[in-house]
Parts: sequence; structure tokens; C-alpha cells
Amino acid sequence: MQSAQTSLENIRKDFPILGRTVRENKTLVYLDNASTTQKPNQVIDAINDYYKNHNANIHRAVYALAEEATELYEKTRDKVANFINVKNRNEIIFVRGTTEAINLVAYAWGRSHIKEGDIIVTTEYEHHSNIVPWQLLTQEKKAKLEYIGMDDNGELILEDLDRLLSTGKVKLVAFSLMSNVLGTISDTDAIMDKCKKAGVLTLIDGAQAVPHMKVDVEKLGCDFFAFSGHKMLGPTGIGVLWARKSVLETMTPFHGGGDMIREVHKYETTWNDLPYKFEAGTPNIADVVGFGAAIDYLTKIGMDNIRQHEVDLTKYAIEKLSNVKGLHIYGTKEISKRGGVISFNFADVHPHDVAQIIDEEGIAIRSGHHCAQVLMERLNVAATSRASFYIYNTKEEIDKLVDSLNKVARIFKL
Amino acid sequence: MSNADIYHEMIIDYSRNPINYGKIEDHDVTFHDSNPLCGDSIDIDMKIDDNTVSDIKFHGKGCAICMACSSVLTEIAKGKSIDEVKNITKKDVLGELGLENLQAVRIKCALLSLKVLKYALYSYLGKHLENNQDVDKLKEEAANLY
Repeated sequence: MQSAQTSLENIRKDFPILGRTVRENKTLVYLDNASTTQKPNQVIDAINDYYKNHNANIHRAVYALAEEATELYEKTRDKVANFINVKNRNEIIFVRGTTEAINLVAYAWGRSHIKEGDIIVTTEYEHHSNIVPWQLLTQEKKAKLEYIGMDDNGELILEDLDRLLSTGKVKLVAFSLMSNVLGTISDTDAIMDKCKKAGVLTLIDGAQAVPHMKVDVEKLGCDFFAFSGHKMLGPTGIGVLWARKSVLETMTPFHGGGDMIREVHKYETTWNDLPYKFEAGTPNIADVVGFGAAIDYLTKIGMDNIRQHEVDLTKYAIEKLSNVKGLHIYGTKEISKRGGVISFNFADVHPHDVAQIIDEEGIAIRSGHHCAQVLMERLNVAATSRASFYIYNTKEEIDKLVDSLNKVARIFKL
Repeated sequence: MSNADIYHEMIIDYSRNPINYGKIEDHDVTFHDSNPLCGDSIDIDMKIDDNTVSDIKFHGKGCAICMACSSVLTEIAKGKSIDEVKNITKKDVLGELGLENLQAVRIKCALLSLKVLKYALYSYLGKHLENNQDVDKLKEEAANLY
């Protein structure tokens, strides 16, 4: 216990932003990690070092700098493959983030594989990034978008999936490993089992899961897997699409341009090998390097330790928040089925007002629809307040959150 | 002004017991808009007789700031001539509640209903007036409110 405390203190020292104050000299309590995480010195320094010492365009030039830059960039591809347990590094495609990854699939796979009458299945607790690309695709192709519903406990109703699969028209099931609003961890084994039996492709949105728990893509057995760097200590503007090679080979390019070609003639072009066929233009080299440093940092701490820390915090927070009068927590209370994301509403007080009043105490939580309006409709609310944790958060910070919520109760005379 | 100070008595009261809240079934004009970032959503119904806003109601979902400002705005507009309502400004609404220094991120909460009101008038006048110059100015004003 003592050593865990010490290591938490050491972790916090790596994050310069956690030392600053906000508003009227209040120590920052950052609880919006489902949205984006703070960055340790190791990541900031890696980006700095890249620009100060190695900056050049990659893959083509023969001079020393270009060779170093290429090596740094490609090393991160190996780190990613290792981190999510993918055997073939050429199946890792760097993109801007989860949103771009899913759009890439909707465009480069969807446009050549989806026909009129086909069905794409998503779920009621998806982020807009796993809904809107499918709306665009199905509308264009006169196909249909269907939903796996969510029960009152915040878990998916898998009978909906059975019913949809039995039509024989489903071509893709796209779902998140962890809900960004409720923190629910999807029953991936059951979903994958059903989809495999039906011979249907699967896309997993790992944006909320990869930063917080050990994810083994090979074991998951899906066909597409997407996640973002900035939610796992990395910089913004970098993310990953992994796709099975046999599927990637049936796809047309996403963007046309430099680096994705083999030969360009006046009226025709042949494509570069994987993964470069899907990485057109000069990529976000510096942030890929920073992302590599983030993976190193997480690997050093250990994903199982991170999950355990968040389980402890979430348990503690649910217990404390349950005692705040008028506060309602959404989703399952079973810790093994949820991550460190807690959405709540507070009597009749709008989440915006909650967030603003506790901001006064230096506490950053999110209020709004969290890019999940379909889920808000299902919960029949306009918005929720959301606190989400990461490796640097402490029980003392949760106490501060609870204190500040009591202040909200006083102001609104609850 | 401290940010928590905006939650004074009047705001809390209006948010709990908004005035002019509801629908006008036989309205002459109705308009709806929402804030894409926070999901606040407001509808305004108006009854217009002899170029005067004889009745106005709003309904929807929003934070305390949004509800209080909608209450105040509808109270200002009620009984006024169309020309007077056209000239209602941000300051009129914010001033009434002491929100002149509201931080930028909350301005859209405070002014959503004013935007809806301007659009509603635009929609009404567009149908009833020949001179479109005035109407376009109103639309532009509504679009650039915040």
C-alpha cells in the first residue's frame, strides 16, 4: 500500500500540468480523462527532441536525418503492434484518431462492400464517431443502420443482435469496447461469438478501453480495431486503425496522394504496400513519436496496475457519490463490468450549472451529451455530468469532487 | 465577477419556476433551435396581433442560465411592437440578470432564446412583409448573435 502511494506520487510528478492552479488559486483536479488525458514529461520531451534533433520527412530521402525520423516513426508502429498484441506490424495504420479510423473503414471498405438492403449494426451507447459515418454510408448505399439496444443497467441487449443477424443481411457490427458515457465494458466474447457464427465482420471502437485496460486484439478476434493516442497520455492528432490483412487487401484507398502509391501514370496508379496504401501524405511524424513515448510510459506502469488503480478509484467514487443527496449515477454498479467513467445527474440541476460551480473549486469534469446523443435520448436526458479517472487521479481528488457537489446542493437549495 | 456568483437568487428562481413557460397552440409563428455543443434546446411560440407580440411562450430543456434568460427575454418581448422586439439586444437580456460579464463559453446558453426569437420574427416577417431588406438584416443578426 505504501509503495502504491509512493508510485502514485511519482507518477503525478511526471505531469507538469497537475502542479498548476486554476481560477482562484485552486489546485487543478482533472477528471475529464475520457475526453482527453494530460501528458507526462516523457511524451512532451519526445516531441521536443524530435523537432530539435531529428525532424525530416520520412520514407524517401537518403540523408541521415530522414533515416532517423523514419526509424522513430516506424518504431512506434512496432510498439503499437506489441501493445495491442498484433502479429503483423503492417496491419497498423496511423490516422488522426478513432474518428478518422472509423471514417476510413466506412469509406474505403464500406463503399465497395455495402449494397442496397444490407444492414450495418451499431449500438445505442456509441459515440457519434461510431454512428455518423454509418449513417452517411447507409444513406448513400440505400442500406440500413440498426441498433443493439441498451437496458436500464447500461448493458447491451444482445437479443437485438440475434434478431438482426437472423435476417442474413448484416455486413458489419460496429461497437465500442467501453462506453464513453457509462463506462460499461461490452460483453465482447458474446458479441464476437455471435458475429463469427454468422460470418459477419466486426469493428471495435477501443478509444475508451485501450488507455485503461490490457487489450489483446488477436484474442478479441475482430476485423477492425480503432483507438486514439490522446486518450492514453499521447498527443492529439494521432490514432490507430488496425485491420486484418485479408480485409485490408479488399479495400480501396481512403485518400489519394503521396506515399500511398507505387507508380503514378497520367490516368492510372498502382498502390503502395500495406500499411502505406492507407497513409497518404506526410503523416503526423512528431506526434507518432510522442505516441510511442506514451506507450512506453503505460507499459512501464503496466496495464493491469492501471486497471486496478481505476477499479479502486471507481469503487471509492461510486460509494461516496451515492451518499450525495439527489445524485443519480447511470449505468451498472458492478465494478467488473465498468471502467473509470461515472455519469450522473443531480436532482433538477442542469449538468452545465454543476460543471461551472465546481470549476470554481478547480475541478474539471465534463457536462453535456458527450457526443452520444442517441444514448442521451435513450436515458431521456438532455445531458449528464461525467467524471472520468486515470493513472494520476487520487482518492483525495474524489473527496474534493464530493465536497464541491455539496456546494452545488447548497446553491441550488437541494 | 466570480463564476459561481452568476448563480444568484433570481437565476435559481427563474430556473426552478420559469415564466412564460409552455406552448401556444394557436401561435402565429414558432421556431426551434438548439446548441449543438451542450444540447440545450428551445422553442418559442408567438401570437402576433396588430404588429404586436400579444403573447409569447417558450419551452425546452436547458441549464439554469438558459432558462432564466428565456424567462426574462419573453417577459421583455411580451406586449411590445414588432419593431421594438426586433431591437432587443443581448445587453437587454444579460443586463436584466446581471450577466454582462458572463464567460464566453456560457454566452450561448444565455442567448439561445434571443437567437430563436430573432429567427422566429424573421420567419414571421418573411411571410408577411414585402420589404425583405429588413428581414435579411434580422436573419444576419440572429446568425451572428454569438
